[in-house]
Amino acid sequence: MDELIIAGRAVKSRLFVGTGKFSSPAVMAAAVEASGAEVVTVALRRVDLKQPADPTLAALDPQRYLILPNTSGARTAEEAVRIARLARALSGNAWVKLEVTPDPRNLLPDPVETLKAAEILVAEGFVVLPYINADPVLAKRLEEAGTATVMPLGSPIGTNQGLRTKDSLGLIIADARVPVVVDAGLGAPSHAAEAMEMGADAVLVNTALAVAQDPVRMAEAFGWAVAAGRQGFLSGLGAVQGQAEASSPLTGFLDQSKK
Amino acid sequence: MPAPYVKEADPMHPCFSPEQQPSPQTLAGQLAGLTAAEVERSLSKPRLEAEDLLALLSSAAEPFLETMARQAQALTRRRFGRVMKLYAPLYVSNECTNACVYCGFNRSHDIRRRTLSLGEVEAQAGFLADQGFQNLLLVSGESRKSVPVEYLRQCLLRLGPRFPELSLEVYPLEAEEYRSLAEAGLYGLALYQETYQPEVYAAVHPSGEKRDFRKRLLAPQLAAAAGLRQVSLGALLGLADFRLDAYYLGLHARSLQKQYWRTNVALSFPRLRPATGGYAPPQPVSDRQFVQLVAALRLFLPDAPFSLSTREPESLRDHLLGLGFTQMSAGSCTEPGGYPAISAGVGERPAAAQFTVEDRRSAADIAAGLERLGFEPVWKDWDAGFAAAATGAEA
Repeated sequence: MDELIIAGRAVKSRLFVGTGKFSSPAVMAAAVEASGAEVVTVALRRVDLKQPADPTLAALDPQRYLILPNTSGARTAEEAVRIARLARALSGNAWVKLEVTPDPRNLLPDPVETLKAAEILVAEGFVVLPYINADPVLAKRLEEAGTATVMPLGSPIGTNQGLRTKDSLGLIIADARVPVVVDAGLGAPSHAAEAMEMGADAVLVNTALAVAQDPVRMAEAFGWAVAAGRQGFLSGLGAVQGQAEASSPLTGFLDQSKK
Repeated sequence: MPAPYVKEADPMHPCFSPEQQPSPQTLAGQLAGLTAAEVERSLSKPRLEAEDLLALLSSAAEPFLETMARQAQALTRRRFGRVMKLYAPLYVSNECTNACVYCGFNRSHDIRRRTLSLGEVEAQAGFLADQGFQNLLLVSGESRKSVPVEYLRQCLLRLGPRFPELSLEVYPLEAEEYRSLAEAGLYGLALYQETYQPEVYAAVHPSGEKRDFRKRLLAPQLAAAAGLRQVSLGALLGLADFRLDAYYLGLHARSLQKQYWRTNVALSFPRLRPATGGYAPPQPVSDRQFVQLVAALRLFLPDAPFSLSTREPESLRDHLLGLGFTQMSAGSCTEPGGYPAISAGVGERPAAAQFTVEDRRSAADIAAGLERLGFEPVWKDWDAGFAAAATGAEA
């Protein structure tokens, strides 16, 4: 059984989805359903946890989905910690996707503040899934700090550029002892499949679904791509050859000398 | 600790000034000399430089309007999604010491003047909250005497619990004043230069504090330095050659982005409409030109929030929305006390308006219209929980 376990919890789908940027809560909910995802992120900035009628929350059945609130908009560790605490106090949910993005344009994560916030939140019993740049050393530092996953980006959020950080992602995946969720920048199902083939444990997608011509269909496509990529990884991909070469020009003499 | 290589920028030194740029005359010459080939080259670049912005603003770019609009829409959709953030202006005062020739609040106009009491501000805000707004822009004429900083601070403290996102559009303040308002929960500042051409600026601002071009130019960066999340810039379209003002506006935004990289730099596009006093804009901007300048600035600033004004009529707003805008005002009323009074004691009739609102639909109608156009109306995009001051929570 190929099960993804995060913080002791089995997660059904290796595709996580975000809920921003959709044209309506109804389209968002339909896309989430079609994706097959179980882990669904919502921005605490956007939702009103005090309002049961909040359109985003009302569209998502908490029995079916693991709602992963994110701290997007936080510029410092202090802000991220504060909003995470408030969210937990209101919802009772201790899972948090930690995002500290002081730069409002590229939304790249601040490694220093992210680590600081992770240390505080882990100590307070949160299940912390930090959004980070594809920095292998930072990934190890966060793992040591006790985060439940690391979530390195494939390329800057919302850019649909795919795995521009591929080499570093490879290093992170090779050494991680917590699940690696590739987050941000995946613009096409093939990008998601590529991440899974590399051995990522899961991927998170939002913009590619929300701004597709047909978000529901795209969500389904991502679901298949993630499953296919995972199967490809598990079945042992053939090694990639640099040259098509049947003979052995450098070591062939070893066999010849035997003759 | 060793000294950093880049010293903290001096907030009193403007990070952008049109005087450091080619003069309006030089730019006008450059604009006239641009060719279709140069426009095409600019349109194919992944990241636009100042020269590209100029090319896209030129008349040589006019034949490429549809291409520009398509690119602008695609960029906006990718970056912001299919959502439109809604906010409401709340006019707290129309008292003003200035004599801006284009403005309904011009001090020489014989109109009813008033400044809302804090109780009235709360009542007006309550009306807006009941319509669903969580994002307010408090606006006033420029009168430090009638609308002192302490009054603004009190407004923020009183409204904070109901409105996570509060911004101000008032006279330019000092650095420490912005800091004190930031501590009171201020999210953003809107302050428009009106025109970046000092000669035109002097002509349309004949008297009052607003004559100080440089002070106005400096204020957004003081606000950014004080830690505000957003500063909104704009030029009042119709006062002067829009191509030049849009160019300077883009460069102003870009230099703020570089120096104050934690602050969102947003743009607004107020276009002159008839106001009390019947001011006829000397260089009116046509709809076609409006689309060109919005698209050019979107391509130059792919990540900046763009705000669409209720000065624009409904039919036009519906067409414009998808071209690069990310937020809009709704249910607007530009006279202090103009929203229906809902509490006892606010029986006075409203004072005079700053300009005529063209899109008079209610907030609910505008939201329904957005949904028909395929946008999710966003009422909440911030949470008071991020800031300790607004909630009283301790870290």
